[in-house]
Amino acid sequence: MNPALRDVLVFLQSWWVELVSGVVIVAVVPLVAGYLVLMERKLMADMQARLGPMRVGPHGLLQPIADAVKLLIKEDIIPDNADKMVFWMAPVVSMTAALTAMGGIAFGPAFLVARDINVGLLFVIGVSSLGLLGIVLGGWASNSHYSIMGALRSTAQLVSYETAAGLALVSGLLLAGTLRIRDIVHAQEQSGVWFVFLVPVAFFIYVVASIAETNRAPFDLPEAESELVAGYMTEYSGFRWALYFLGEYANMIVVGAVATTLFLGGWLRPFPNVHWMNWLDALPALFTAAVGAYCVFRAGKQPARVQVWFMWGVALACFAVALILGVPVLPLQVVAPLKFMVPGLHGAFWFLLKISAYIYLFMWLRFTLPRYRFDQLMHLGWYILIPLAIVNVLAAGVAMILETEYGWNRWLALVVTTLFTLGVALFLLRLNDKRAAAASSAAPPPEEPSTEDSYAG
Amino acid sequence: MGPQHPSTHGVLRVKLKLDGERVRGTECVIGYLHRGVEKIAENRTYQQFAPYVDRMDYVAAVSNGLGYCEAVEKLLNVEAPPRAKVIRTIMTELQRIASHLIWLGTHALDIGALTPLFYCLREREEILKIFEKYCGARLTTHAFRIGGLQYEAYDSFEKDVERFCKDFERRIQEYVDLLTGNSIWIGRTRNVGVLSAGDCIALGASGPVLRASGVKWDLRKAQPYAAYDLYKFEIPVGTNGDTYDRYMVRMEEMRQSRLICLQAIENIPAGPILGKVGKVLKPPAGEIYHSIEAPKGILGYYIVSDGTTQPYRVRIRPPSFINLQALDKMARGHLVADVVAIIGTLDIVLGEVDR
Repeated sequence: MNPALRDVLVFLQSWWVELVSGVVIVAVVPLVAGYLVLMERKLMADMQARLGPMRVGPHGLLQPIADAVKLLIKEDIIPDNADKMVFWMAPVVSMTAALTAMGGIAFGPAFLVARDINVGLLFVIGVSSLGLLGIVLGGWASNSHYSIMGALRSTAQLVSYETAAGLALVSGLLLAGTLRIRDIVHAQEQSGVWFVFLVPVAFFIYVVASIAETNRAPFDLPEAESELVAGYMTEYSGFRWALYFLGEYANMIVVGAVATTLFLGGWLRPFPNVHWMNWLDALPALFTAAVGAYCVFRAGKQPARVQVWFMWGVALACFAVALILGVPVLPLQVVAPLKFMVPGLHGAFWFLLKISAYIYLFMWLRFTLPRYRFDQLMHLGWYILIPLAIVNVLAAGVAMILETEYGWNRWLALVVTTLFTLGVALFLLRLNDKRAAAASSAAPPPEEPSTEDSYAG
Repeated sequence: MGPQHPSTHGVLRVKLKLDGERVRGTECVIGYLHRGVEKIAENRTYQQFAPYVDRMDYVAAVSNGLGYCEAVEKLLNVEAPPRAKVIRTIMTELQRIASHLIWLGTHALDIGALTPLFYCLREREEILKIFEKYCGARLTTHAFRIGGLQYEAYDSFEKDVERFCKDFERRIQEYVDLLTGNSIWIGRTRNVGVLSAGDCIALGASGPVLRASGVKWDLRKAQPYAAYDLYKFEIPVGTNGDTYDRYMVRMEEMRQSRLICLQAIENIPAGPILGKVGKVLKPPAGEIYHSIEAPKGILGYYIVSDGTTQPYRVRIRPPSFINLQALDKMARGHLVADVVAIIGTLDIVLGEVDR
């Protein structure tokens, strides 16, 4: 055999899982991100008493594809003053970081882990933080005021909130005792309860910090439309812009996945160890079947024949998925060999459901809240979230010592320490209010005694 | 910033002198929308010029029209019949609500709240539908004529207005729920762009900007025009003169306008809608100044007549233009993000600033 070919085969033999995962991630994530955009637009429309995209496909279901085509064939503008090489590279860095982070995430117990790394969580967080590099480079390379200001804001914001998010994760990790993603979920299975109930404050801090990390409202300052036009993306157009955009949405999925893994029990269904709740296993199948039934119900009401077909297609796909999900859980002897599918497929179902709920929360907040000002954002990060996260880590540690060394009941220890943390939070908020009041009662900023004409020229 | 910036409400260009993100000085560059409205007036008859004023503050066209029609009536020394006055009052108050809704939506959008805009536009749509049913136009309505009205109120006019007013109370609560108690909103608006009462008067600011600083000055009470002397309403005032106070003042003004409309439709007097004015208007030589309380502040018309069918000179005192002068005073020492909030809270319309 040709030695080169053999080398390739040997390589493939040892790396095929990673390669396949990589291909799947690169192929699927942009599509998912596109549909997240559609979901966001539809949700926003619903909350704002509108319809949202309705034209492309039934209820705008093909809108993401139309958008992708539009972005692909758009002119690729590179500003004259831009640093071309860096300008070209920056969105790629952003997108790559987000997609690589995906590789470390376990969507189910049996499969869909590119590689089960022993420091999995650290890998995911570390790599997804690299996306920041793309933002900074892009802002700098564009050579425009809005871009550079957006990039600067991004950097400051991400660095501060990354700290809080990291500390929040530490309290969860203390309970799990491992960084390996699979083992984190197993730890939650063994303790019989999701960590969110054990360390709620940490989860809350992580939610806030991860919204800030993904640059979403109310922390979307780097791309604050009304101030900085589009922040670091101002000069980008066409597919480069789309890469940033995809990177952002992929990042949302990543933080959702991290939160789900560590706090929301990963791929576990609710009440994983309670046997009389086993009927929950039928839920995924019933859910998808219900979606399919709804499509059938709506199919008759579509105005055009192509839309009717489309709806039927979606319905059939839903039924097929329901069948795959449903058959293994049927209490029949025939399907016993298929039982192995249950943890994997259902795990993926629950995992995706939890991520969706997490992202829904993000979107909901976006439509509801106004935007923070930059100094307020930094205040919130450094004066409240980070101290609180540190206290929370200490409190979780104390709780564990109380449990293991002094034999306290775990719940009692955690309730006591959580109450303590909440007290600290109240204190911090009080302090912040006082500081704000002091700042506002202080003399207004002195008038500039400027004699020179600052606008000359 | 500008003239093509997503949050400058039209084509305002603001030169900012920055120290980092802190504003050390601002300068507005205006005139991108200048159409020479005042000069056009000199070449049009009095009636011909009336539609032009709608194009100044185009989100409050009815108010502009009211001011102009009343000014010319004063010049002609005629008065609109009571029925016309009451209908004018209802329309103008609806327009005030519509104008404030646009302000609220865009202001909230500038500060990053996406949703109020759509709620506001939804309510404004109802008002515009009433305008459309009344005179066929939605935005630049030219609803009134010199001497009264051209159109009689349509059959279900009262019913439409009443239904809108009844609904609006619940709707306004939605904005309150979304914004008033929101700590981010308070953080973004309180102590931002403070104007003292003295500053306001020195700068000639008027309307909600003036009232938010604690000056109880509203021409509807001070020099009643149209039918405002018939109705009971409060003039909301603020205390600090900051952006939050201006927000609260405008919200309360919407509620008061709603009450005025409800009172007015109770009893619209019967009678003619057009006073005794000829087909050709030839006011006696002389000059007149008439001002009304437009949604954005005091809107004044100074008209000089030389006894012909065309005015010799028309000078308009636009509230937006004069309120905009306060921008520099308000923005100094704040951050760039606050400039956006301050432009929003001044509630300017560039069509009126540039004319």
